[in-house]
Amino acid sequence: MPPVFGMLFDGIAYGMLLFLMSVGLSVTLGMMNFVNLAHCSFAMLGGYVAVTLMNAFGWPFLLTLPIAFLAAAAASVVLERVFFRRFYNAGELEQCLLTIGIVFVSIAGAAYIYGTDQQPVHLPPYLQGSIVFAGLDFAIYRLFLIGIALVITVVLIATVEATRFGAQVRAAVNNQRMARGLGIDVDRLFAITFALGSGLAGLGGALAIAMLGLDPSFALTYLIYVLIVVSVGGLGSVAGSFVAAMLLGVSDEAGKYYIPAFGSVLIYLVMMVVIMWRPAGLFGRR
Amino acid sequence: MSSATIDAAFGPRQFLRAQNRWRWTEIAFWLATLLPFVLTPDYLVLASQIAITGLFALSLDLILGFSGIISLGHAAYFGMGAYTAGLLSVWGWGEPLTGLLAAGVTAGLFGYLTSFIIARFRHLALIMITLGIGLLLQEAANSASFITGGFDGLQGIHTWPILNRFDFDLYGRTAYSYALVVLFLTFLVARRIIHSPFGLSLRGIRENGQRMPAIGAATRAHIRTIYTIAAVMAGIAGALLAQTTETVSLETLGFQRSADVLVMLILGGTGRLYGGPIGAIVYMVARDQFSGLNPQYWYFWIGLLLIAVVMFMPDGILGGLALALRRLTPRRAKD
Amino acid sequence: MQKFLYVAAGLTLAMLGAGPAAAQDTVSIGMINEYSGQFADTGAQIDHGVTLYMKQHGDTVAGKKIVVIRKDTGGIAPDIAKRLSQEAIVRDHADILGGFSLTPNALAAADVSAQAKKFMVVMNAATSAITTKSPYIARTSSTTPQLNCTLGTWAAKHNIKTIYTMVSDYGPGIDAEKWFQKCAKDGGAQIVGSVRFPVANPDFSAFIQAAKDKNPDAIYIWIPGGAQPAAVGKALSERGIDTSKIKILGQDALAAETALKSMGDTALGIITVADYDYNHQSPMNQEFVKAFNDEFHRNPDFFAVGGYDGTHLIYAALQKTGGKADGDSLIAAAKGMSWESPRGPIMIDPQTRDIVQTVYIRRVEKVGNELRNVEIDSVPGVKDPEHEQK
Repeated sequence: MPPVFGMLFDGIAYGMLLFLMSVGLSVTLGMMNFVNLAHCSFAMLGGYVAVTLMNAFGWPFLLTLPIAFLAAAAASVVLERVFFRRFYNAGELEQCLLTIGIVFVSIAGAAYIYGTDQQPVHLPPYLQGSIVFAGLDFAIYRLFLIGIALVITVVLIATVEATRFGAQVRAAVNNQRMARGLGIDVDRLFAITFALGSGLAGLGGALAIAMLGLDPSFALTYLIYVLIVVSVGGLGSVAGSFVAAMLLGVSDEAGKYYIPAFGSVLIYLVMMVVIMWRPAGLFGRR
Repeated sequence: MSSATIDAAFGPRQFLRAQNRWRWTEIAFWLATLLPFVLTPDYLVLASQIAITGLFALSLDLILGFSGIISLGHAAYFGMGAYTAGLLSVWGWGEPLTGLLAAGVTAGLFGYLTSFIIARFRHLALIMITLGIGLLLQEAANSASFITGGFDGLQGIHTWPILNRFDFDLYGRTAYSYALVVLFLTFLVARRIIHSPFGLSLRGIRENGQRMPAIGAATRAHIRTIYTIAAVMAGIAGALLAQTTETVSLETLGFQRSADVLVMLILGGTGRLYGGPIGAIVYMVARDQFSGLNPQYWYFWIGLLLIAVVMFMPDGILGGLALALRRLTPRRAKD
Repeated sequence: MQKFLYVAAGLTLAMLGAGPAAAQDTVSIGMINEYSGQFADTGAQIDHGVTLYMKQHGDTVAGKKIVVIRKDTGGIAPDIAKRLSQEAIVRDHADILGGFSLTPNALAAADVSAQAKKFMVVMNAATSAITTKSPYIARTSSTTPQLNCTLGTWAAKHNIKTIYTMVSDYGPGIDAEKWFQKCAKDGGAQIVGSVRFPVANPDFSAFIQAAKDKNPDAIYIWIPGGAQPAAVGKALSERGIDTSKIKILGQDALAAETALKSMGDTALGIITVADYDYNHQSPMNQEFVKAFNDEFHRNPDFFAVGGYDGTHLIYAALQKTGGKADGDSLIAAAKGMSWESPRGPIMIDPQTRDIVQTVYIRRVEKVGNELRNVEIDSVPGVKDPEHEQK
């Protein structure tokens, strides 16, 4: 098998990680127009929770994942109640300032509690190493990542397309005022969606440690990539985030393999080309 | 009364003239900028960097506060100006005033070219495009390290004394004077632009860009013009930094700088001309003080400051002050 | 607007009261470091080194009290580093500048050191040219050419004939690539391919695969510390690199403690070059490591020892000048100074004011249940080759 398939595989795995971290932001931004730049702080929280459970309490890696999800979701509920709720009708700039303030506080907090160095992660032996297939090495951890992300994607899309809750979410994203007019409790909907999205980010953060590392600046470093996925995919769209994350993950890998001198630039070029062609994103509505 | 006299008393020209009058608060502000020379002579280097950042924030206000263009990549023009001034000096021409001019022109040219793309988009697409331009420029600068000095930064910058008399000293007296004068003069230009018919049309575009063509305003052309002007100003600010610190590095073009100036502007209050400088003063002084008290965790206190400001003073610090003033003197007409 | 004026007046008055008065009997060290942001960990370790030295040796030298003033640059910010250096000297009356992990910041501060004629000790930044920027600079860390040329020469001498190099595409990485390749080629090895990857690159699979395709004797990898070493380890394991067939060569950060913990057994066999590791077997180092752990609950690394030795240099120089803290006296005292450091014997070269030290080649091996860097070779008295070239 030519090495390009190895690159595709790696790119898809990276894309899956980006998807998990970004999908929540896409939906909440699309539904409530709330600019939550602190989204990656939830991812970071999930990562640190997983690390604490593994290193301080000796939990197995897999068990830390659902807790990372729940911790991030819980934190988002608290923040939503205390802060975000007051700013739904405020301008985007105020929301930016608020959430950036929260990011700064979270970074300082993480540095204070955990220190500034990289957090080591001990993957269980069955997740390490790689499988050799048709002459190429496929990393087991990446297979695992792809597997989890696919399951979550299917569940998300099924929820959005086939459940009543999903229909309400779609309605609220499409036209918030109309949805309210039809009696949908958009605020409660948003709170639930926000918690879910942040929880997924937390899960993404926990999964990312083994691939991207974890230190207090995580909340800011990956914000750019998440924003890119969200804007390329289109606000409020799960499928959009998925496709955009795949596209960007693969472009990044391909760029690095084929033109390493410009590797990191490809992701920005792809973003600009897509946005100039379709300003609302690939699956965006507005 | 004839229509001419009605016009003279109540018309658009009168409105603009009224807007353009200097308020005592503005005069007080500019007098206060002279205080550091007397009260805090050890802080002049910081003051010069605040003045430079204030100028940069002012340039962002022109496009964000007055025209509604949110940019996450404005540092591209700042960095362009910085590198232009720096490179001129490295190549042998260290005269500061012409360096400023050259930087303004180069940054303005780049601004003009990119404005064609900028003017076509709105909302999130616009934000991401500005971000993309900034990131691409930073990568290009890193790759072209044989010109830019790459990671290590540009070495060998030596700024000649201003007007052949004022040398740059360790205390920063010359630096602050220079930066302050440039800030004031550029501010006058910005003020004139805002309080002109062109400035009014910009505010129209900000409020409702889709309706403006209906009254015959050339929206895209206006946006290109103000974007170019803002790029020139940002370039001048960048050149000031390069000349007063005799350093230029990749982070002058970077995302961090774009994000910081955006935060400062929002903090100060957008669309009020003074929001940029005020935001820069508050943010940088706070950062300096917090960082001195607690070098590792000052982020925390800055974060709290931002949250506090946004919770109690929506519309920024100036917005909060304006609200307070209005509450204290209710019979005064709205600014 | 009145409120604003009161606030402004209040702030300025507060600032007036903020600067400490410098007594005649204190010597202040302005530590210009990264205490926050991406590089916060290196700043913290350097600071730990300084603090530990001061704790062990007291804060008085030659009748003067030593005061440390900490200033945070926040990351790569030469304009801020320059301003903080100026402020340390002008506002806080610092006599000595110290710290400096990042080259751009060190270069900017060097201008201030030269202009104000103040002794400056570089405790980490590794670009060769820094010491040439001011006649008052001495360095107690290491330089990139010093380490990487030694590795290149060693590799060529030890039966490694073909090498594929990969480095981060920025100053230090390019520097490392240049000197590694030069010295390896001088020793008779052949560079079969090279690549530079983007600085903030989180994922190395593609690059490792490209290297593997060329089937070299060794792959040389240069990356800065942080998240990347672990990511490299992952890529090595995922791409099935057998370190007994293809040797992995690199600089200290590649086999740093946290990196080894994350990489697990896939790190076995990685060969790195460094000036210091906490596993160095000398009585002085063992005491140092214990004291460091007691105080900070973690092991020291080359950042920490740079800070520790930097403080020693300041103390020893002050002792020699009898407490005179002006730049000329201190640098004259520092030139040629040699002492035993936890890393081994070190000296400040009297001509270049740069560090001369023993460079170690280590391999990752299992010691007991843990992965450690075990010294397999060492080259004493290595000077910086770039200075030597001129």
